Amino acid sequence: MKCRESDFENIPSGVSRRDFLKVCTATAVYMGLPASFGPKIAEAATAAKKRPPVIWLSGQECTGCTETLLRTSHPTLEHLILDLIALDYAETLNTGAGHQAEEYRAKSIEENKGKFILVCEGSIPVKDGGIYCKIAGKPVLEILQETAPKAAAVIAIGSCATWGGVPSAGPNPTGATPVYKILEGTGIPVINIPGCPPNGYNFLSTVLYYVTFGKLPELDDKLRPKFAYGRLIHENCERRPHFDAGRFAEQFGDEGHRNGFCLYKLGCKGPETYNNCSTLRFNDMGTWPVNTGHPCFGCSEEGVGFTVPLHTPANVKNITPAAGLTPINVDHGGGMSTGAVALAAVVAGAALGAGAVAVKKVGQEEKKQD
Amino acid sequence: MSEAKPVGGKVFTGPFLFFLIITLIGIYFLSKRFIFGIGAVTNMNDGFPWGIWITYDVVVGTAFACGGYSMALLVYAFNNGEYHPLVRPALLASMFGYTLAGVSVFIDIGRYWQIYNVFLPWYTNFNSVLLEVALCIAVYIGVLWIEFSPTFLEAKSGTKSKVNKLMIFFIALGILLPTMHQSSLGSLMILAGNKLSPLWWTPMLPLTFLISAITMGYTVVIFESTISSLGFKRPFETNILTKLSLVIPILLVIFLVIRFGDILMRGQLGLAFNGDLQGNMFLLENILHILPLVILASATNRKSAKMLFLSACFLMLGGLLFRFNTYLIGFNPGEGFHYFPAIGEQFITYTIISAEILLYMIFVKKLPVLSGHGQAKV
Repeated sequence: MKCRESDFENIPSGVSRRDFLKVCTATAVYMGLPASFGPKIAEAATAAKKRPPVIWLSGQECTGCTETLLRTSHPTLEHLILDLIALDYAETLNTGAGHQAEEYRAKSIEENKGKFILVCEGSIPVKDGGIYCKIAGKPVLEILQETAPKAAAVIAIGSCATWGGVPSAGPNPTGATPVYKILEGTGIPVINIPGCPPNGYNFLSTVLYYVTFGKLPELDDKLRPKFAYGRLIHENCERRPHFDAGRFAEQFGDEGHRNGFCLYKLGCKGPETYNNCSTLRFNDMGTWPVNTGHPCFGCSEEGVGFTVPLHTPANVKNITPAAGLTPINVDHGGGMSTGAVALAAVVAGAALGAGAVAVKKVGQEEKKQD
Repeated sequence: MSEAKPVGGKVFTGPFLFFLIITLIGIYFLSKRFIFGIGAVTNMNDGFPWGIWITYDVVVGTAFACGGYSMALLVYAFNNGEYHPLVRPALLASMFGYTLAGVSVFIDIGRYWQIYNVFLPWYTNFNSVLLEVALCIAVYIGVLWIEFSPTFLEAKSGTKSKVNKLMIFFIALGILLPTMHQSSLGSLMILAGNKLSPLWWTPMLPLTFLISAITMGYTVVIFESTISSLGFKRPFETNILTKLSLVIPILLVIFLVIRFGDILMRGQLGLAFNGDLQGNMFLLENILHILPLVILASATNRKSAKMLFLSACFLMLGGLLFRFNTYLIGFNPGEGFHYFPAIGEQFITYTIISAEILLYMIFVKKLPVLSGHGQAKV
């Protein structure tokens, strides 16, 4: 055990003070805090004694959330787990294994009672006593119920842990349940970072916010941090002008699709999914599903991702005025109808006729007046 | 001030009833529009967000309503007091034209209940041509009512109003504002870019729209004076119109030189002879501009009420077509979009026109607008 800790201490971080401050300032700005908070974050992150211990539990999941965290570069994962937090237990990243790892988990939980952050990845099966997901012979349901009351806060990462995700899709054979539902009524604070996978930075920022201020960021009614999930993807989408102008890709590979038009008609769920993919993007290279030409499938939104068929058009939120107001939506509009053309022709004819008669009359009157 | 007098006579006449019936039908469609939405009465769509309500009621409507502007320019800016008798009726027509254009915008805006946002300074987008048009027209409607207000006040008190002392300020505004927004109505379609046929799309649009609007102003004064004389059985104002009409061919020459010079320089004139709808409409539009130029170039014709009226009719049609071509006929937003005004949509436009005529009839009969000689019989 001790040897593991010393290992951590001896690894050179390879990050200069200047670079490190840059990272912290960037994090502050990204969270919508003033840049002056950068040094504060740096201070909090480097104060060795304050390094908050983190226990990372895995339920029914695919490890995609851990994978997405591996792709972050500011800060990098190693910087996070070696310098910013003390990752005491994570099945994917543990150096130890088996009983050794389990023992260390139990020890860390006892030592850091009420201080550690519990991260949960994956949904928790509750059917048949939770037998469908066991770690070291113990259902993950029990592990969660034992561990959570001792944690300072619980962060549920990924759609599985936050609302059920793939494992909860009908018919939900294992009774997959989100973490916050299991902890309902216990008073333990839970933060949801949904997404399949969520953007690593949404997780990092939440953790760094907690490390810096010792409290949780502002959450919405679904317990998601507002700085990341406050707006619909649609609101900041680069294809939004096409939506507003009525230019849509109607099929994969058609002219509209090749021209980068809006993917709404291909079933893009951006208009009903609250997330910041359209502004934050993934993998530090500005990529995300919509700019590769695939519609968003609403992975982070309960009742949308893994629930609504991929190509079913989304329910566009925030454009529909209240029912008391008159509707404004018209699609392609009608062409000429016989009645309309006849009416226009009659009126134009009447106007021309009246004009001709008037010209004649003016001539007659003029002669009279002369 | 000339001695303007109310024309008098019965308000409920045959023509009045005819226009009243059209207005009532239009009110039926209007209530439908406000209850069930724009889609229920119009054929406007995402590709053609502007239909005839904008094209006719606003763009053509305000151009026809430039009489007040053009006359103010002539009488006050160039100090030609002799045309003063024509100012009041021109102002009246402008006032209705612009007010009803404002009403049309309100009808046309899908979420009309949010229109007040246009006037909130903290939402101002200084780069928006549309906002400039909206604010400019809104202010100009107010200015027109103030410019016309002495007529009400005279009718009420029988004396000259105190507003007259401040009038020079409003007259100046009344010249400035239309100069701004009539050109901007052209700028709006610069933004259409490739969607607009090269026969009409040009960076010169603001200039041609402005010159055309001023020309329309004088044309409408001739038209409306002649029709009033005919309708109310009053002598023609040919003497004064003859002088006024000299301005029109001059403006027309400037307009046509810019128009054709621009198209030739861009090398797009060939499109006019394609034989398609756009090409033919372009030819028709320009024939309707050249005919009045030919007619009014002759001094004899300028002295004939009939010829003046005929050329005014041609030119009004030409100006109307220029605007319809630029806003609708030359506009192609892409495949899958069609537009032809629906019956209800057309009726609302006819209602706007009818309402204008009805109000003009009432005002002229009840208020001192037309300079007084002759008795009304209709």
